[in-house]
Amino acid sequence: MHIPDGFVSAPINLAAYAVSGGVCAYAVYRAKRELGERQVPLLGVTAAFVFAAQMLNFPVAGGTSGHFLGATLAAVLLGPWNACLIMAIVLGMQCLGFADGGLTALGTNVFNMGIVASLGSYLLFVGIKRILPEGKSGFLVSVAVASWFSVVLASAACALELATSGTSPLRVVLPAMAGVHVLIGIGEAFITTTVIAAIMASRKDLIWTLREAEP
Amino acid sequence: MKGRGWGFALVGLGASLLLAVLVSPFASSSPDGLERVAEDKGFISRAEEGEPAWNSSPVPDYTVPGVESESVATGLAGLVGTLGVFLVTLGIGVLIKKKGAKPGEGV
Repeated sequence: MHIPDGFVSAPINLAAYAVSGGVCAYAVYRAKRELGERQVPLLGVTAAFVFAAQMLNFPVAGGTSGHFLGATLAAVLLGPWNACLIMAIVLGMQCLGFADGGLTALGTNVFNMGIVASLGSYLLFVGIKRILPEGKSGFLVSVAVASWFSVVLASAACALELATSGTSPLRVVLPAMAGVHVLIGIGEAFITTTVIAAIMASRKDLIWTLREAEP
Repeated sequence: MKGRGWGFALVGLGASLLLAVLVSPFASSSPDGLERVAEDKGFISRAEEGEPAWNSSPVPDYTVPGVESESVATGLAGLVGTLGVFLVTLGIGVLIKKKGAKPGEGV
């Protein structure tokens, strides 16, 4: 879902750069106060895993592929603001180092796949976890649903930007983008839930959203 | 205390490197969701018009230039990318903690 140069208009790209820059600055401010010394290696390895897993495109319907996003994984592991930071670093390096996503659209890509996906899915995760019964399965179901939504929400944001830019009418691009990403989201939910379940089984203490729940 | 955080990070980094180096050459090369929609709805040409704003990526399209085998070029891209992202993020994390710690505060 990395937007190249030319898809989104300059005003929208500029506005997204401003919003994404502001959110990242706030995320740094939060990390200064709250990021634990022991979370620094986890920050690094989560970003590395997100980058690696994003390279692994899996086939979905009709000659189309999708790949892992990782925003929900990062948000569940390290909290929503650290997730924004991780996604911004990964997207920035993909753009500058690997020509994935246009430089003019970097702010927009960080907005969609970083901020919308991280903050949006984190809010959903917290909400769903609250209504489900406590315990491991309720936690993992919340992870699965939230991570599925992270991809769909990011694709809807992307469609809105494409429509506002005059690239494609909303009634065309929104159903098309959401339609594909509803399928890609299933892969996202599978990977995110598997990784979180594995960490729960081995190093439960590393999961920020589990520690928050315990007094 | 410190060792425990690092132990997990190194195991996770190892697993990520295995994925990036050994599995990435087998990844699907079909267009992704956005590319597919752009092709189907006829706006893919907007990306192809004109030069990209940034044209100096050392590893364009996750393929290390000058390597004959495509699989090796992709695997190498995964190696440098995953290590690079790990080190950059770690560096940013260390910088944030350093500047965030108040003088005299134990870290």
